[in-house]
Amino acid sequence: MVDFHRFSLANGLRVLVHEDDTTPMAVLNILYDVGARDEEQDKTGFAHLFEHLMFGGSINIPSYDEPLQRVGGENNAFTSNDITNYYITLPAVNLETAFWLESDRMLSLAFSEKSLETQRNVVCEEFKQRYLNQPYGDVWLKLRPLAYKTHPYQWATIGQDLKQIEDAKMEDVKAFFKKHYNPQNAIMVVGGNVKTADVKALAEKWFEPIPGGEKYHRNLPKEPLQTAAQRESVHAEVPLNSIYMAFKMPARLHPEYQAYDLMADVLSQGQSSRLYNSLLKEQQLFSEIHAYITSSIDEGLFVIEGKLVQGVPVGTAEEAIWTELKRMAHQEVSDHELTKVKNKSESIMVFAEMSLLDKAMNLAYYELLGNAEDLNTEIDRYLSVTPQRILQAAKTTFVEEQCSTLYYLTAKDA
Amino acid sequence: MLNRTLAPESKQVDEISFIEPLKQTLDNGIPVFTINAGQQELVRIEFIFENVNWDPAKPLQAVAANHLINNGTAQLTAMEIADKVDYYGAFLQTEYGADQSSVKLYTLNKHLASVLPILHAILNESIFPDQELGIFIQNQKQSLQVSLQKNDFLAKKHFANALFGETTYGSNIRPADYDELNRLDLLQYFKAAYKPGNCTIIVAGKFEDTEFHTLNQIMGRDWDNNEPSEINKFTFDPIAGSDIFIEKPDAIQSAIRMGTLAITRNHADFPGLQVLNCILGGYFGSRLMANIREDKGYTYGIGSAISSLKDAGYFFLATEVGADVCQLALTEIENEIGLLKTELVGEEELDLVRNYMLGAMLGSLENAFSHADKFKNVYFSGLDYTYYGNYIKTVKTISAEHLKELANRYLNISDFTKVVVGKK
Repeated sequence: MVDFHRFSLANGLRVLVHEDDTTPMAVLNILYDVGARDEEQDKTGFAHLFEHLMFGGSINIPSYDEPLQRVGGENNAFTSNDITNYYITLPAVNLETAFWLESDRMLSLAFSEKSLETQRNVVCEEFKQRYLNQPYGDVWLKLRPLAYKTHPYQWATIGQDLKQIEDAKMEDVKAFFKKHYNPQNAIMVVGGNVKTADVKALAEKWFEPIPGGEKYHRNLPKEPLQTAAQRESVHAEVPLNSIYMAFKMPARLHPEYQAYDLMADVLSQGQSSRLYNSLLKEQQLFSEIHAYITSSIDEGLFVIEGKLVQGVPVGTAEEAIWTELKRMAHQEVSDHELTKVKNKSESIMVFAEMSLLDKAMNLAYYELLGNAEDLNTEIDRYLSVTPQRILQAAKTTFVEEQCSTLYYLTAKDA
Repeated sequence: MLNRTLAPESKQVDEISFIEPLKQTLDNGIPVFTINAGQQELVRIEFIFENVNWDPAKPLQAVAANHLINNGTAQLTAMEIADKVDYYGAFLQTEYGADQSSVKLYTLNKHLASVLPILHAILNESIFPDQELGIFIQNQKQSLQVSLQKNDFLAKKHFANALFGETTYGSNIRPADYDELNRLDLLQYFKAAYKPGNCTIIVAGKFEDTEFHTLNQIMGRDWDNNEPSEINKFTFDPIAGSDIFIEKPDAIQSAIRMGTLAITRNHADFPGLQVLNCILGGYFGSRLMANIREDKGYTYGIGSAISSLKDAGYFFLATEVGADVCQLALTEIENEIGLLKTELVGEEELDLVRNYMLGAMLGSLENAFSHADKFKNVYFSGLDYTYYGNYIKTVKTISAEHLKELANRYLNISDFTKVVVGKK
């Protein structure tokens, strides 16, 4: 149970407070309702590049990191296809420093040319390190455009290529800030050894003077129903053949979302799961096999990926995956299997409450989805899933025409 | 009018409270250290075993025994073990470290009595079936083949091997080494290492007398394993500095890893060296990050650390940089280390680092698990909580002169082993 209080400022900023006096620390988490899905097709990777620029100094404070470290704090941020999330942890006695820093960069950045130039380079190195200079690193750069033809989920948060990042201009940076970085598009969560009244006073002092800005109204192209199987084979300098299969699944707020999540667990959570036992242990077709969902806010992906045991024909391996998926679509999961994955979900949620930062991030994310209170009732939605609903999910989803299959093969098999 | 250019008032962290564990003993003599804290009805129980009987001809014996310990007992198949643990929503993890091997259980308290018997079975009756070993060998070899294509993995492996040779700290594992594994070697290791006399239990979470009683009833009986063992003991001579270059003509980034043998946590200089390391590469605002990432944009990240193992301590720094700027990055790294040896750290920077480190220490004590981790750090180094008192005092008071001395004592780049994988 994660308790919280909620209030809004006159400029539209929503604030949630989670009091936890078992820690001497505090967290200030700000979620901006902007992700890679909000980018233009010819300026991809921008939301993420912008996240880097948010550390390049703000209008009244030349350095963001330095004053925070000076009071014993740490910070970081991440960008996804849906959101951009910034967080600070620091000793609770120094909480006001976090308000000072976060409010100033919400007010306005410094827009320094030097920062833009450096962070373009840093992000290009990040692109190389994580996506280009790693075996299989560019899989998602290929799988996304295979699965999505219209929706901006067709590109990864890092962007489509290095060139678009290298071309980023200061005028783009300023326009992006104006459009997305204002109180109306943000949710702030303050947690830890804090009192709601104090947080309210600090929020009014530091954040309320910021102009509300214009509310961004998202209007993204909808992905049409996939009616033909998509297939692609790539060859690269990798040691093992691998398969990626992506099926469309419902959006995060769809009532069947939890059935899909549990279905992925039945297939792949832990060493007692179906794919692990059937494909890796019994048939020994794969040396690694996983099923998971992307959990995106708009229509997401249900993914199966595996690395093949050397010598196994890739067609045989794919066929074996299909056999398991069809079994899922023809026969209800047993009560034992379903209880098992529900118990596991319950454990994971209780363990997540060990971390103050996780609690704060979760509150912000559920508030974005609609209501932070839903975090505390989420487990009930998992526990109410039935074998019939999983069967229905499998029937709807595991259809060949709706599958995007990527073979990622060793160069020697070319 | 609000003046946004002025920082709010702040305080240095003053009070840092550590929760020290309660020590109890199971009927069979296993010491149990418990951090009983937290709001959630859950617990982590770690069964930790010293690594023993090191045989350089069998570098994978201990790690394979650890990995496969939950893959079959006289009564239960690997699938049945996993299914029982998963059914109760518990997590069973095995972990092989340079000095210790462990089996960790995470569970909600309500399922503790149901899952502990599985653990008892694993620790007493594992049989290491040939079938499971075969799958392990096949899949680990494949996984290693993938890792061997990663420049940072290669840099790490060659660096460790140069410093520590064929020991658990540095063993240079090749895919073919997996083929040497056999069931009897695993059983032999299991019987020698996984026994009460070689076990320490660390508990963190909600753990009262009732839970201890449950633990003692199930795990406090005699265990089956009791073969002789000798705890690993290594000594390392200082080695001359060297350059190791592994060329990857197609690399678009080069992995750099360099460092040298240093001191362990037991050494009086250790806390001071941690302050020095923090300044150089131990946090986001460090000199290496400020220069090589934030000023030059050569990398996504660069960092340094001091690692304290049981029989050796070492300093290292690591990064991946654009292949075209590798030389420039190496020069900047040398410059930064050189500056620490020749110039005093300024008061403003030192104050910042003091505050940052104290805040980081406070923040690292988030929950019962992290308090238990702090205990393990000192316990397995043969230290007690006075270490942390001393650490905090050092962070608050160490002088710039002393830091310069430490840089000259420990950071001599001519003694470094420098590994570059990629292009120079």
